[in-house]
Amino acid sequence: MALIIRQRKIVARPEDERLVPLAQWNGEPGVLLGTADDPAALKGRLDRLSVIAIEFPQFTDGRGYTIARLLRERYGYKGELRAVGEVLRDNLFYLSRCGFDSFLVSDQSRLDDALEGLGDFSDGYQASADRPQPLFRRRAA
Amino acid sequence: MYLYDEIDQRMVDERVRQFRGQTQRFLAGELSEDQFRPLRLQNGLYIQRYAPMLRVAIPYGLLSTRQLRKLAAIARKYDRGYGHFSTRQNIQFNWPKLEEVPDILAELAEVQMHAIQTSGNCIRNTTTDHFAGVARDEIVDSLVWCELIRQWSTFHPEFAFLPRKFKIAVNGAVADRAATYLHDIGLHALRDGDGNVGFRVIVGGGMGRTPVIGTVIREFLPWRHLLTYLDAILRVYNRYGRRDNKYKARIKILVKALGAEVFASKVEAEWSHLEDGPATLIEEEVARIESRFTRPDYAALPADDAWSRGKLVADKAFAAWARRNVHEHKVDGYAAVSVSLKKTGAAPGDASAEQMDAIADLADRYSFGELRVSHEQNLILADVRQSHLYELWQSLRALGLASPNIGLITNIIACPGGDFCSLANAKSLPVADAIQQKFDDLDFQHDIGELDLNISGCINSCGHHHVGHIGVLGVDKHGEEWYQVTIGGNQGLTRPGAPAALGRVIGPSFAREEVPAVVEKLIEVYLEHRDSEAERFVDTVWRIGIEPFKERVYGTHHQTAEDRRAA
Ligand code: SF4
Repeated sequence: MALIIRQRKIVARPEDERLVPLAQWNGEPGVLLGTADDPAALKGRLDRLSVIAIEFPQFTDGRGYTIARLLRERYGYKGELRAVGEVLRDNLFYLSRCGFDSFLVSDQSRLDDALEGLGDFSDGYQASADRPQPLFRRRAA
Repeated sequence: MYLYDEIDQRMVDERVRQFRGQTQRFLAGELSEDQFRPLRLQNGLYIQRYAPMLRVAIPYGLLSTRQLRKLAAIARKYDRGYGHFSTRQNIQFNWPKLEEVPDILAELAEVQMHAIQTSGNCIRNTTTDHFAGVARDEIVDSLVWCELIRQWSTFHPEFAFLPRKFKIAVNGAVADRAATYLHDIGLHALRDGDGNVGFRVIVGGGMGRTPVIGTVIREFLPWRHLLTYLDAILRVYNRYGRRDNKYKARIKILVKALGAEVFASKVEAEWSHLEDGPATLIEEEVARIESRFTRPDYAALPADDAWSRGKLVADKAFAAWARRNVHEHKVDGYAAVSVSLKKTGAAPGDASAEQMDAIADLADRYSFGELRVSHEQNLILADVRQSHLYELWQSLRALGLASPNIGLITNIIACPGGDFCSLANAKSLPVADAIQQKFDDLDFQHDIGELDLNISGCINSCGHHHVGHIGVLGVDKHGEEWYQVTIGGNQGLTRPGAPAALGRVIGPSFAREEVPAVVEKLIEVYLEHRDSEAERFVDTVWRIGIEPFKERVYGTHHQTAEDRRAA
């Protein structure tokens, strides 16, 4: 049984969960996007979804970060957003800033350690999905 | 000098802690080589030919003497007593031990320095004019904008894994001393009719395998929109840049494939969503950054110092140095001074720990405790009183740092090449040395006049050979080291009517020992054809074309050692 980190807790991945690749997706509650997929395809249909997973074929393929921000910030997706594929502890902080709140971490044997990775940094300069106000606006406030 | 506040400092400290953990996990076998590589690269750590290489960021080339002394101490304690200043205004240490790198980063953090994003497929150190803030031809002081870009690009969560590395250069003066047309993004800070600051935005320039002069996609972007516009460009690149072939992954290839207009319209479409959003800059922030810069407390002085002028007449050696290595300053009575790291016999850009300490002492005494690194791999004391120039020159001369060769043929830009770099096709340092030896005669150098000679050990072009007036590129032929020569390149609009240009290959490549003689022949042709002393080598190449140069070098049969060998 695979474990995921969701909302900063280690939980079991729901057994009955189905993630349908975007090409076959037809309004099911779970969808799987590849890094070449255009999230605009889900525009207007996001309220049917309870989980969107974005697949990282390699962790060095950074397109998923942009897809996540578009889903959160442009299309207003509020549900669970999961990173799957090659997901490493060292990327969780950036992933969470881009709007991921759920992670299927590749190395299932060190999930506690991975959880810590979420706290590698206490702040960031930029506007981001988890904190729309950039640091300079918060400083000025 | 920008001074960190607690948040800036905390981020750098947290980075040290993070990297220490990553290094420990790698050494314990918990991270594979493939997993560790991108992590160490984002901290400037390469595994080189003989040892790791650590590249430390010198944001936009600005350095305090405290920082320079720290670099000297690191060179002594963790390396072999020297460092190499690179063409990207950074410093590289060639012999650190992997397990000690976290300690080095911790020491750097003590003086507000780091190695963040000095390598890897992310936004790299932003570079600028080494005379920013002091240039007489300044339009906008680019330092504040560079620091804003530094903060924006540091740990940008969306752009840590781009298709390829990404370099931004900012220029704020009339002359372009930042090679803005040869960066992924080039920015010209300008003023509109009312004095408001904005930016000309250039994209898709670059050197490497496919050298391209960048294209302007915005003539005047008001300053408030700088960061959202950068976000839009990076986002288009992150989504659509090629990832299947690393030689086609830079933004220049995307801009070419789409066409600059289509690329620009994609950026504008993306930006229309970000425009006026929360990342839009505010006046308070620009003022805050400005206020955290320490600025020299200049004295009110006459524009021209009579005493030093007298010395110029009396001392020819001083005059030669002043002519090449002393530069105009925007404040009357002051000058900027280039400390040449290009003495014949020394590797271009290398400085020993002793030299770094000594230069720090001089910067404390004569230049408000600050200095700059130029992309030509020299150090700059930017704020020297004219009346101190003679004294300073004497001290520099005693240290072997007063070669009066800035802008001349021996001020060679060279990458570390095959002596250090594992990507090299050929060595660059011995070639630089041989050329310097050949043209060691100062009067002859001055007679040749301004000439940029740039050497790269491979097509990655770290030595900027494409934009050398004379460029030398190491190439591999059947496992042997050969050198291709280009002429007519230019790094940017450094004088009116001379825009950025890429050099053209003159013909088949040469064996190493042939290169100095080839350069000599190129110079002969120039000296015979120049219409006056004011016409530089590169101007002559542009005027008469490369044929006369080719003829002289290859003879009418265009025969080279390579042909002879093949025959
Ligand atoms: S140009 Fe090539 S040889 Fe020179 S430093 Fe860059 S990668 Fe290494």
